[in-house]
Amino acid sequence: MMVATVVILARSRNLFAVVVLGGIYSFLMATVLVALDAVDVAMTEAAVGAGVSTVLLLGALHLCKAEEAKPAHRPWLPLAVAVGTGAVLVYGTLGLPAFSDPEAPIHTHVAPRYLNEALKETSVPNVVTAVLASYRGYDTLGETTVVFTAGAGVIALLRRRKKKDKADAEKAAS
Amino acid sequence: MSLAGHFSYWVTIFLMVAGLFILISRGNLIKKLVGLGIFQTSVYLLYIAPGKLIGGTAPILADNFTVYSNPLPHVLILTAIVVGVATLALGLALTVRIRETYGSIEEDEILAADLVDDAPAAEEKR
Repeated sequence: MMVATVVILARSRNLFAVVVLGGIYSFLMATVLVALDAVDVAMTEAAVGAGVSTVLLLGALHLCKAEEAKPAHRPWLPLAVAVGTGAVLVYGTLGLPAFSDPEAPIHTHVAPRYLNEALKETSVPNVVTAVLASYRGYDTLGETTVVFTAGAGVIALLRRRKKKDKADAEKAAS
Repeated sequence: MSLAGHFSYWVTIFLMVAGLFILISRGNLIKKLVGLGIFQTSVYLLYIAPGKLIGGTAPILADNFTVYSNPLPHVLILTAIVVGVATLALGLALTVRIRETYGSIEEDEILAADLVDDAPAAEEKR
């Protein structure tokens, strides 16, 4: 179903449909993440990916044109590049451990330490929260910095316009 | 090595390649940003899928469970989602600005407008 959504998304030229399909895609991704036991991530994806992103995209659509122009040339070269990259990546996966292999390095390296010690050290039963807020607290601080910078950037970009509009209006009035 | 064992990687790769294709083949800037979003979600899958253990449960500690999925990728991806939406917001703000300056969000038309703008300046230089 996700694959179908993505294929329609790539072909559709109506940007409104693209944005709505993007929201559907995010919700499907959230369900897949629940199936993969990543409940915290799924919740964030449903709220941020399907909620906030869709609202942002719709807001931008409101300010822009909602129809994509017809592509000037057939997309053979990008298709070839994409398929080539995919083939190389599929070849690369053959060396990776199989899905849900308990002996895979990802499950034997640091994960057991977090799972065994997190409750004793932080007394938070949700290990994801414990790692996010306690062990990797600086990481989360850096993340908030990124969000702050992005917000400041958006304000800087969109505020100049209002000032310019005012200047234009004054010029027109005088 | 079994085919089923690597299926999750292949779904991830398909999504990644689809995002890449949208990103490089479409001229519309908003469509490009949606493609970038698909590319990003494929990276979420790339991280989360290997952390899953069949028979395991979500990493919230309780007495009646012993097998948990790996919590570390979940944490990293939580950060990635938030950073992703920040990037998206900044990209859309840039798109809106470009639309105001050039009156278009199609890559071809913007490039054409740039060429028209540059032509008289180059003439003067000579």
